[in-house]
Amino acid sequence: MKPFTYERVRTPVEAAAAAARSPGAKFIAGGTNLLDLMKLEIEQPSHLIDVNALALDKIEPTADGGVRIGALVRNTDLAADARIRSSYPLLTRALVAGASGQLRNAATTAGNLLQRTRCPYFYDTNQACNKRQPGSGCSALQGYSRQHAVVGSSDACIATHPSDMAVAMRALDAVVETIDAAGGSRRIPIADFHRLPGNTPQIETSLRAGELITAVNLPKPVGGTQIYQKVRDRASYAFALISVAAIVQRDGTGRVALGGVAHKPWRVEAAEAELGRGAAAVATRLLVDSKPTPDNEFKLPLVERTLGAVLAQAKA
Amino acid sequence: MDRDTAFEVTRRELLASGAATVAGGSLGIAQAQPAPRSAPVSAAVTLKVNGQERRLDLDTRTTLLDALREHLHVTGPKKGCDHGQCGACTVLVEGRRINSCLTLAVMNDGRSITTVEGLGQPGNLHLMQAAFVKHDGFQCGYCTPGQICSAVAVVAEIRAGIPSHVSGDVAAQPQLTAAELRERMSGNICRCGAYSNIIDAITEVAEGKTA
Repeated sequence: MKPFTYERVRTPVEAAAAAARSPGAKFIAGGTNLLDLMKLEIEQPSHLIDVNALALDKIEPTADGGVRIGALVRNTDLAADARIRSSYPLLTRALVAGASGQLRNAATTAGNLLQRTRCPYFYDTNQACNKRQPGSGCSALQGYSRQHAVVGSSDACIATHPSDMAVAMRALDAVVETIDAAGGSRRIPIADFHRLPGNTPQIETSLRAGELITAVNLPKPVGGTQIYQKVRDRASYAFALISVAAIVQRDGTGRVALGGVAHKPWRVEAAEAELGRGAAAVATRLLVDSKPTPDNEFKLPLVERTLGAVLAQAKA
Repeated sequence: MDRDTAFEVTRRELLASGAATVAGGSLGIAQAQPAPRSAPVSAAVTLKVNGQERRLDLDTRTTLLDALREHLHVTGPKKGCDHGQCGACTVLVEGRRINSCLTLAVMNDGRSITTVEGLGQPGNLHLMQAAFVKHDGFQCGYCTPGQICSAVAVVAEIRAGIPSHVSGDVAAQPQLTAAELRERMSGNICRCGAYSNIIDAITEVAEGKTA
């Protein structure tokens, strides 16, 4: 790990200002992903801004009937919150499908959104990776790509976003709230928060330099049957091969988002109009223009079959 | 050096390093990062370890695990993978289980840390420690301190109503079942494969309602 200076800040504006003062700084909250990457020297911040003392650890009702989840709410506490469990069970289901109990106790809401891919070629500093070292190439393209993206990928990067939580938030139409050093606030729909890789896979979100996530807002509950189905190589504590987040209403309408298939949580609203025609029709629309590799083309039928199982469960 | 003084030093060093660094922030948006610092930075840290206040002056890079093992010689928490995958380093921080390898000591300044040594000692074992012995919940023992810290927290988490991946209804109080325990203990790997005996040990303590 490279040496770094460390400071603790007390307010969001102070945090953003500290970041603006110090190029090469990173915010640290749970640290479960950042420290892992610092040990491997994939991340080399020269300064860490500890944001744990910011009062952003509350889940509060909003005026429009939704909830505002503070950026520092730990994954365990978000999953266990009574309002989330009763009104947004999809989010609880996604959270408890991810990581381990120890990690969920430390990991935060904002940190979960900002976690980086687990592509093995991103982690192996001997391999070419346009995300880790822009312009160096992508070893995954010719490598073992079983876990990689099948849709929305590019010739520069076929990494996936590893979060389960973010897939549920995509289906729930979450809005990410931020603050910058000047005190300016932005509200970013989660659809626009994570980016596709294109030619700049190192740019993963629409956050600007020094901008700090302060909260994630969920609109008022939409009800329905909410199911998060994750398919993985182990029954617990493994990243998704694919996952399906679904909200199905009594009249058969609903929402579907996928994890494990793209560089961001994958949702195509137009595909949801096909829900009445069954899983195959929805999956076809969701995965239009897919570009799987021979190693991961199994994900296409896996999405369709998992969605089929989810829709059957919702109807039962 | 008290804590405030340590942070003053840190801020001055921050300004010095900021002046020497080229523009091109890496925050939020990952870009080519400015040259990292070369000289180690130290900070004063106070940890309350197993009830005892310990003051240290540590390199900021020191993880909580290394502070415990290398600086305080509290060697119950083990270094397995050092990347949060195996759970051998599990400790309780303010009563919550975390991977001590994935948090910096300086981030835990002022906090209470409980390791397996703090749960109980020979002659005065914690119920969970005694149950692991009784049920032979280990073979080589390397993962055991992490397993026991995790197990104590798992029983508390079920009682607190925290749902898990295998909970049938996430809005309901989770049940104390072997399936729940296996799911909740999945962050603790046992290379010897003592899992079934570990579940027996935890079940006995949890059903006794005495942990």
